[in-house]
Amino acid sequence: MTSSIPQGSGSIGGGAALIVQATEIRKSFGSQEVLKSVSLDVTRGEVVVLIGPSGSGKTTFLRCINHFEKPNSGVVQVNGHLIGSKLDRNGQRVDASAREVARQRAEIGFVFQHFNLFPNRTALENVMLGPIKVQKMSKDKARTLAIDQLTKVGLSNKIDTYPAQLSGGQKQRVAIARSLAMSPALMLFDEPTSALDPEVIGEVLTVIRDLANDGMTMIVVSHEIGFAREVADRVAMFDDGQIVEIGIPQQVFDNPTQARTKAFLSKVL
Amino acid sequence: MLISSLQFDTSFFWHELLRPSSGFLGGLWRTVYISVIAQVIAIVIGLVVALARRSTLRILRGVAGLYVWVLRGTPLLVQLVIVYDGLAATDIYRFRDMNLLGVSILASVQAAIVTLALNESAYMSEIIRAGLAAVDVGQNEAALSIGMTPAQSMRHVVVPQAMRFVIPPLGNDFNAMMKSTSVLSVIGVPEMFLITQEISSSTFHTFEIFLDAALYYLALTTIWTFIQAWLEVKIDRSWGIVRTQRSMWASVRERFKDPRTLGLGRRAL
Repeated sequence: MTSSIPQGSGSIGGGAALIVQATEIRKSFGSQEVLKSVSLDVTRGEVVVLIGPSGSGKTTFLRCINHFEKPNSGVVQVNGHLIGSKLDRNGQRVDASAREVARQRAEIGFVFQHFNLFPNRTALENVMLGPIKVQKMSKDKARTLAIDQLTKVGLSNKIDTYPAQLSGGQKQRVAIARSLAMSPALMLFDEPTSALDPEVIGEVLTVIRDLANDGMTMIVVSHEIGFAREVADRVAMFDDGQIVEIGIPQQVFDNPTQARTKAFLSKVL
Repeated sequence: MLISSLQFDTSFFWHELLRPSSGFLGGLWRTVYISVIAQVIAIVIGLVVALARRSTLRILRGVAGLYVWVLRGTPLLVQLVIVYDGLAATDIYRFRDMNLLGVSILASVQAAIVTLALNESAYMSEIIRAGLAAVDVGQNEAALSIGMTPAQSMRHVVVPQAMRFVIPPLGNDFNAMMKSTSVLSVIGVPEMFLITQEISSSTFHTFEIFLDAALYYLALTTIWTFIQAWLEVKIDRSWGIVRTQRSMWASVRERFKDPRTLGLGRRAL
């Protein structure tokens, strides 16, 4: 197994601006093979949008990147760290401890389809929690940071509001602010607008677009083709646990080479 | 008319109800503090046992399961006699009257608190386990996504939210436990039931004095019902679920008029 780890040492060398390097990821749930050897490299500042029919493995792949799912085989590296594993003295890959995995996840933002805000905390407290408990930041500093992040997503007037009193679009923007407060090197979005009413999808996409313009590295699972066309540097088409086509949006959307991509696009466009 | 023909001593009834003897009040007080102390200890042990039952370590799950199985599967009455008389008879442990910070505590009261706490902790662990399971898995994932360890997630995110689901069944159990303190009379704890029995046998006013005792038990459980409603409202307010502009008392009254608030909040999350 060790020989299959790129760069061996667990760090991405050579000055390559690779933020994500996922190599031959396989994942099965029981007898069902959900990912059949998926590889994807993402460079710094790049936005990759994953599209494809439901059940094609997009979300599972995303969850493998921050180790919510442990791949059956394959290697994930983010920002130079092997995710979910480390190399022991003999160069063997062994499981990382819970504490080490937590430290790795701290630099990977994850935005959920269903927001998963902490309902017993205000918007401000949701955003402050990570910096205080994980980064051991002082409450005052965390408060200033959280207000900054909430202002950035246009919610400076909602800092003391509880999730129960926020609209779906507002909740998702708080969730994005909560991730950004940890200063992540990478943001993962799992269908961030799928649970939203149509009229508030735009406000969330605007926030993600602004992030892209600021140079954030992102992988976004989305069914918003228009958004993907505009914001993505590359689009990856998933089907049946594999990336069947990947390229710049114009190519994938306007001149798909694969029949499965054409079939999928004909349904969603 | 009917009652007087049954020789119901009305004046005795009212006198013991409104101006109870110091002996009776002592019994009442013991019933209260034994219940409260045992309940507090039971919550702490119950949380530990509930977490052990969710452990990834098989041995911990096994030990915790065994604990609940035994304590919940045998009568409190039998447990009391084993702890107080059984242990002493075999010279394993003998409870002795002791002085704690200037307060003398009877041997039988110590045994009562220990046994009630252990017995109740088995029920508490199941209630807390259900409460932990009721917290959406997305909450734990959100905590992990901002870099918390599983232990931090449990402490700062999952357990506080579980409290909301735990309070109603916990209140139910505490109500039952306050009344089951009456079985403590078998090991000679001078609580309300034993004192009532003593008054009954010395005055032969059995009906009157036990009716008084029933009313006092009813008063205790009624007070607890209000405290529980207050706790529920307090938690709902800290989740922003019930309106906070309203006074606490008004919110508690509302809780009695429409107890559905507990369910209503979840949908809004």
